[in-house]
Amino acid sequence: MSGLAPVPDAEHESVPIGSNDDVVRARQLVRALAQQCKLSLVDQTKLVTAASELARNTLVYGGGGVMRVGLVHRDGRVGVTAVFEDSGPGIPDVDQALTDGWTSGGGLGLGLSGARRLVDDFTLQTEVGGGTQVAITKWAR
Amino acid sequence: MPEQDTCTRLVELLTAEQESLGAAWVEAVSRTLRGRISLAELDRELRELYAALVEGLRGGGLDWRGDAFGEVRALLAELSRTRARQGFTPTETATSVLAGKDVLAPSEDTSAGDVRAYLHLSKLIDALGLFTLEVYAKTREEIISAQAEQLMELSTPVVKLWEGVVAVPLVGTLDSARTQVVMEKLLQALVDTGSDQAIIDITGVPAVDTEVAQHLLKTVVAARLMGAECIISGIRPQIAQTIVALGIQFGDIVTKSSLADALKHALRRGDAAVVRPGGRA
Ligand SMILES: Nc1ncnc2c1ncn2[C@@H]1O[C@H](COP(=O)(O)OP(=O)(O)OP(=O)(O)O)[C@@H](O)[C@H]1O
Ligand SMILES: [Mg+2]
Repeated sequence: MSGLAPVPDAEHESVPIGSNDDVVRARQLVRALAQQCKLSLVDQTKLVTAASELARNTLVYGGGGVMRVGLVHRDGRVGVTAVFEDSGPGIPDVDQALTDGWTSGGGLGLGLSGARRLVDDFTLQTEVGGGTQVAITKWAR
Repeated sequence: MPEQDTCTRLVELLTAEQESLGAAWVEAVSRTLRGRISLAELDRELRELYAALVEGLRGGGLDWRGDAFGEVRALLAELSRTRARQGFTPTETATSVLAGKDVLAPSEDTSAGDVRAYLHLSKLIDALGLFTLEVYAKTREEIISAQAEQLMELSTPVVKLWEGVVAVPLVGTLDSARTQVVMEKLLQALVDTGSDQAIIDITGVPAVDTEVAQHLLKTVVAARLMGAECIISGIRPQIAQTIVALGIQFGDIVTKSSLADALKHALRRGDAAVVRPGGRA
């Protein structure tokens, strides 16, 4: 996929998402960075939860992929960006996928739409047969 | 010397001095284990093995995988498993077998033909040593996974808080496997204690995402099918706000911020119930 989404600073880390353990690891890494840039406890929890949702979608629907995560700086502010990327089947109808309660599996259908509400910036790029990339950012206040 | 003859000769050599060679083997091994296994036990173990080895050779082959060595393999597997469970190291375990090589070895006045026979025996014992290590490794793996399972059980204690009220405090990351254990234990505790109120405390859960929420909802539904009501307690402010933003709805499930509040609620609700098995009316 093209790299239009915000790319974290040079010191970003890549985590493979290939198992449930990887999802847990990804979550822990995001939490550590959120603490490092002093997000409030509520914002930490929101970001970690959003990352958890996207990591699991990458695993379950994308057939596995990678998370890149790091700190970002803009206009004197600092934040945490995480990009989830897979080369799975893609999402044919993005509006439908972002509808609360819609799921193609046995989920609650709230992960994607909920993640969007939990963060400050959210971009989704997807191509049928080409994979999916979701980038999220949460800024320190 | 054909294999058959080698075997016949080895059987002769090993049976002629079975008593003293067996004792030497036991002696050599007991030194490496430094009294952590009783001499009587070791003696029985190794003499059985010795006898089986002789029988195997009598069967006419040097292939340890063959039928003739079935008994040898069974004894070795048993020995490895016992050692692994008793906490002996892989080296100590393999040495029990490999020490046989020093004992069943040629001396200065052994004929050239016999030396060759001993060489074959030595190779055979090497192979049996490796087999022993393999069983040892497999047993360790089994022990470790059984311990992981036990730990999971231990880390989800279901406690009876009050007559008719059980509670389970959840701590750490909730994955599907753990949630399954929690659910089973909680439902079983409801039956065992004759309770109709269950409190699931999530104070120790760092984040509630849709997966965790779904597991919680399923547990509540299952408890209801058994005639019990669940209360979810320990919802901290940051978790509450995240749940709202995610859009998760707990419907008519009662949620409380603290375990104490949950218990109060459970007692009030429990008292209103008509008859509780094993409890007051
Ligand atoms: N990376 C992805 N690749 C392909 N399809 C995806 C991907 N992520 C999401 N989807 C599609 O979007 C739908 C909605 O995702 P969403 O995370 O909101 O719900 P869910 O995963 O089905 O349930 P849950 O509420 O447990 O997250 C999914 O059911 C799936 O069909
Ligand atoms: Mg999802």
